[in-house]
Amino acid sequence: MRATTIFAAVLLIANATAALAASEADYKAAYAAAEAANKEAGSLRNQWTTTASTLSAAKKAGDAGDFDTAVAQAKEAEALAKASIFQATSEKERWKDMEIH
Amino acid sequence: MTPRLALRAAAVSLALSVLALAPSAHAADKIDPAADKAAFQKFFTDKFPKLKLEDFVNGPYSMNEDLHKQWEEKEEFPPYEFSLEAGKEMFTKPFKNGKSYADCFPNRGIGIRQNYPYFDEKEGKVVTLELALNRCREANGEAPFSYVKDDMAALTAYMAFTSRGKPMDIKIPNDPRALEAYQKGKEYFYTRRGQLNFSCATCHVQSPGERIRAEVLAPALGILNAMPIYRSEWSGMGTTSRRFTTCNSQIRGVPLNPQDDEYRNLEYYLSYVSNGLPISGPGARP
Repeated sequence: MRATTIFAAVLLIANATAALAASEADYKAAYAAAEAANKEAGSLRNQWTTTASTLSAAKKAGDAGDFDTAVAQAKEAEALAKASIFQATSEKERWKDMEIH
Repeated sequence: MTPRLALRAAAVSLALSVLALAPSAHAADKIDPAADKAAFQKFFTDKFPKLKLEDFVNGPYSMNEDLHKQWEEKEEFPPYEFSLEAGKEMFTKPFKNGKSYADCFPNRGIGIRQNYPYFDEKEGKVVTLELALNRCREANGEAPFSYVKDDMAALTAYMAFTSRGKPMDIKIPNDPRALEAYQKGKEYFYTRRGQLNFSCATCHVQSPGERIRAEVLAPALGILNAMPIYRSEWSGMGTTSRRFTTCNSQIRGVPLNPQDDEYRNLEYYLSYVSNGLPISGPGARP
């Protein structure tokens, strides 16, 4: 009984650790998603400098094998790129609100 | 009619009249550069009633008495003088093939700054002075200059100097492509971009005369009449291209390439709405 409990606990801890630690594959997927969003912002002629610097930070962490940081930075970069896409799209009409008449 | 019905009828008629008026708020969909220019200039002269129209070309120096005094002192030994001298020398020195800049421009390049940018009907695009200068170089077998560095600033400084006092005179030909370029320039001017969510108008229409950190913001009216400028912040000269690209990066937007269509159109719009104001370049700014 005792052995079974310990075994179950070890299994739980192992699973929890696996859920927390990001892998290289997680980083590559997150980075690719961020890069794709930033490319779309580029096609709208509205990239942000902060997206580029956050993408660089993700790559630097990924190259150093720190995949937790790399994934976090890539997700941040993707959020920034998506915000720039939203801005470019909404401004297609909203710019008129600021015009002098 | 019961009071409740009367109230409803009044509410419906009010809603309908608001709807009827709504389209006029965006009557901007019709492209009318002359009306835009009149409204643009009126906005600034109403906002700064003490300023004469021609004073707007002095940017932040027109907004504040202390700064104006600083500017008058600066003009005694203007920081752009070295660039102006260099520009004159470059302009008059022949290319390797014996031709010179004068051969590329109307009136041999003297006193013509106020006509740039213009819409080139053959190309179907806006041509700025900086672009025309590099095209002149390339047509004569010379390498083009960087649009944001000293040589281009020196050349445009000299050409602006020979046009000082002449009113900006940008033409929009009766060509739908020219109107479209103008309209796109206007759209760029008012479009928010960058992580800071600023448009050109955020600083130069909504806040001229206000400080952004230590800087006093210049009004958009006449802002290009003073180009190129010596900026103390840059410790050097800057072209219109440099001004546009640094504005973009300051608001955390990735700048486009100098002389991309967007910047050419922006220069066209911004110069047109300053028609009638004198060329004052080269200028000096804090």
